[in-house]
Amino acid sequence: MLTEKGRQQQASKLQTTSDNGATSEILLPGAEAPDFRLRVTPDQDLSLSELRGRPVIVAFYPADWSPVCGDQLAIYNEVGPEFQKYRAKVLGISVDGPWCHKAFAEHRSIHFPLLSDFEPKGEVAKSYGAYRHTEGVCERALFVIDKDGVVFWSYLSPIAVNPGADGILDALEGLQRKEQADAA
Amino acid sequence: MRASLLNGPMPTKRLKGEIMATLKVPVGPDDHVQGNAKAPITLVEYGDYECPACGLAYPIVLAVQKHFGRNLKLVFRNFPLAQVHPNAESAAETAEWAASHHQFWEMHDALYENQAMLGLPLYLSLANGLRLPEEELSAALENRIFYPKVRADFMGGVRSGVNGTPTFFINGRRHDDSFDFAHLVASIDMVLEQAGTS
Repeated sequence: MLTEKGRQQQASKLQTTSDNGATSEILLPGAEAPDFRLRVTPDQDLSLSELRGRPVIVAFYPADWSPVCGDQLAIYNEVGPEFQKYRAKVLGISVDGPWCHKAFAEHRSIHFPLLSDFEPKGEVAKSYGAYRHTEGVCERALFVIDKDGVVFWSYLSPIAVNPGADGILDALEGLQRKEQADAA
Repeated sequence: MRASLLNGPMPTKRLKGEIMATLKVPVGPDDHVQGNAKAPITLVEYGDYECPACGLAYPIVLAVQKHFGRNLKLVFRNFPLAQVHPNAESAAETAEWAASHHQFWEMHDALYENQAMLGLPLYLSLANGLRLPEEELSAALENRIFYPKVRADFMGGVRSGVNGTPTFFINGRRHDDSFDFAHLVASIDMVLEQAGTS
């Protein structure tokens, strides 16, 4: 679910975007990424704010087991060492429950956390504008969040299209250049 | 690996609205090229030897090569999804090793023709069949000699927008339609027409 801070962040966001459920309007660069705490295994939670200090890639996807998602997550799995060069952490989020994620991750040898936006269903996805109200699943939406918890890049993919990893790698490169420039 | 392929004879069409991706790593001396070097069409395939969809694509690509003859050259690059296909990486390294003995395409074809049996015993037997030194292959796989080449192919593919296997590029532009014979031929014909060489 959203943390208390995440709720405040969401409240400020909802004043500026329409939420009619027809088309998703995802959070854009510059927005504060709403904090959340979600099940990552059947008995463990993970929160976004725990990962402050490094870039976080948040990949919302519709469902475990569906073919396109499998491909998409399989590519993030393989590109893992390149994400690691930017110290970036990948999180997958769908509305599937933690036991479903566990079986899926074991079956596909997925080496990064899959979080369950399960109860209240889709609350975190909604706060990022990445929820499909018609189907009750997450959009296929990508966010690169900087070390301070601000969205640096976001992308909403057509639901049946695997967005690959190219956009994420470009964003991580851009983020690194920006941080180096800020530090100079 | 597109699971939809396993249920029906033809792959599903990708949706419109997908960004047109282009090949970021031009075809060069490190590539495996088959066919007329001066062909007006270059078909680049990113493939995984253990991927069932790539297995389906293999005879289609052969038919496409035959159809276009001297008008087409084929380039194969590695895109092993090693976490889902445990033999994909070793198969790719085996083909790269065979390439160091100038027998890449022979090994590439043999791997796809024996896709159900990938693993060291098959690789050694194929090496033997090509009269290549089996012990050298074992050592090359054990020492991961060809891993950097396979990984370089993979990352070049990621940067070019490869989002699954097989992914084809026709003269540098990603083919976003099905890869059945009719769709591949139609896309290539269109490029040939644009080039005015049809």
